[in-house]
Amino acid sequence: MEEIFDKAEKPKWSQSREVLHRLSKRITAMIGLVIVLIFLISAIFAPFLALHDPLEHSLGHMLAKPSWDYPLGRDELGRCILSRVIYGARISLLIGTMVISIGVLLGAPLGIISAYYGGKVDFIIQRFVDTMLAFPGILLALTLIAMLGVGLANVMIAVGISTIPIYARLARSSVLAIKSRQFVEASRSIGASNFKIILRHLLPNSLSPIIVQSTLHMATAILWAAGLGFLGLGINPPTPEWGAMLNGGRLYIRVAYHVATFPGLMIFITVLGFNLLGDGLRDALDPRLKT
Amino acid sequence: MNSLLRVEDLKTCFYTDAGMVKAVDGISYDIQEGETMGLVGESGCGKSVSALSILRLIPYPPGKITGGKVVFEGKDLLQISEDEIRDVRGNRIAMIFQEPMTSLNPVLTIGLQIGEALEIHRGLKRKETRDEVLKLLRMVGIPDPERRIDDYPHQFSGGMRQRVMIAMALSCNPKLLIADEPTTAVDVTIQAQLLETIKDLTSRLGTAVILITHNLGVVARYVNRMAVMYAGRIIESGPATEVYEHPRHPYTVGLLASVPRLDKPRVGRLVPIDGQPPDLIRLPPGCSFFPRCSHRMQQCSMERPELRIVGAGHLAACLKDLGS
Repeated sequence: MEEIFDKAEKPKWSQSREVLHRLSKRITAMIGLVIVLIFLISAIFAPFLALHDPLEHSLGHMLAKPSWDYPLGRDELGRCILSRVIYGARISLLIGTMVISIGVLLGAPLGIISAYYGGKVDFIIQRFVDTMLAFPGILLALTLIAMLGVGLANVMIAVGISTIPIYARLARSSVLAIKSRQFVEASRSIGASNFKIILRHLLPNSLSPIIVQSTLHMATAILWAAGLGFLGLGINPPTPEWGAMLNGGRLYIRVAYHVATFPGLMIFITVLGFNLLGDGLRDALDPRLKT
Repeated sequence: MNSLLRVEDLKTCFYTDAGMVKAVDGISYDIQEGETMGLVGESGCGKSVSALSILRLIPYPPGKITGGKVVFEGKDLLQISEDEIRDVRGNRIAMIFQEPMTSLNPVLTIGLQIGEALEIHRGLKRKETRDEVLKLLRMVGIPDPERRIDDYPHQFSGGMRQRVMIAMALSCNPKLLIADEPTTAVDVTIQAQLLETIKDLTSRLGTAVILITHNLGVVARYVNRMAVMYAGRIIESGPATEVYEHPRHPYTVGLLASVPRLDKPRVGRLVPIDGQPPDLIRLPPGCSFFPRCSHRMQQCSMERPELRIVGAGHLAACLKDLGS
């Protein structure tokens, strides 16, 4: 009987395809995905998509209104806002990925080790995480920038470090749930080392909350980067960055709305896109939905 | 004859908030090469804990092996280093667990999981491992192994998953296989198939088996020797047919009387054992079975009976000799 059932099974149906399938059934998630894709494309192909050199200024056309040639108008130095917004996506993408990488690569192992070994190790790591969580994230980032100095790399490091405790907590909680499952014991019973158990069994099983969190976090990281840029703590001036553009246009908001509005809108839409995608992924990766 | 595994006065405790639980309270037994021994008893009597203790797989805290010896191939497994015991696990002694649903990692293909022990102990390359895994899958009777090797556990039925577990356990050709209630979670028809597979393969490979079960029917058919556990101790052991035909401990008698038998004429209703197993934190000073025993005597509440010889290779821990 059993053999017959086994043979009559569906063709290959991997887990990632299953998740994609569930994701595709949610309209909001798909909208998020499209926004994120547009964001990624404009970041990667910025030199091909931009109409003008984002640094080329023309004082004669300061604050020019949107026109056919300059669809989003020109900024306070007469630069093309559309081109700057497209190039700005690069900086945001770079900051987002680096921040998440720092957070995940340092936070997740910390959390996994903490949960797996328990006892004193857990206690020490968790008190460290508690201490970091007690700081408001933006304050921690500001402090770090004050220590490290202004600049793109420092912004990424600062925001990245402030996300470590979140991933440490997340990884810890999912490993705690997994480590007492029988397959971990089974793996130990065939002589697997701690390192192998962590790498092979705990890490892949605790990945889905981390994926969801990092997608949602991408939005936060972009927002923070823009915030720091707005405060003048981010990347150095001529380089197009959304937060800095917003700040630059702020003074002229009454005479030329478009200078501040479009970068602001870009931040808004991108953050929305990542949030929608993150929510969709959370639903799609929810183990309770698995059959 | 030199025994493959000698367990001597093994004691394992769990430290809980309610007190110290003596899950395994001084058990001893031997296993010869290629022999199959059944470890029988009701839930919570310490069968699984005693098996896990052999491989030092007791989670610490709260569990701890507090005494005894586990001599395997001349080495005391309780004394060797963590690295050495890891080399024994899966390589010399392997385990099959109760729940095939949860003992496989849901996010890895079964091929990877079966190959894990081979990679760890034999240091095989990817390609060699794959060939070996295919051989193993064929051996445990999984149809179309070339196609199934890259499947995930959720694509297998319970019985097939248990076959995967068997393949995993036997991958390094261990000398001893500990099967911890391997058939509890699957239905009856599959139970028989799985046990036949285990019996067939282990006798072919010359692997000794400790079969942990609460199913006396299974014991009767598949084991050479059996040991009955109650409240963390072995209360009777001996050749399976002997214990089955002439039980000498009231608990064993009770167990056998409470199972339907096809090999004997039907005589009235089945007889259950009264009462509950004792609280392992507060064991009675005398015989742990005393409160439920139908043969109890004054003496039983004070004196803890030791195992004594009651027949050829047959031991029982009861003050009263039921045989005579």
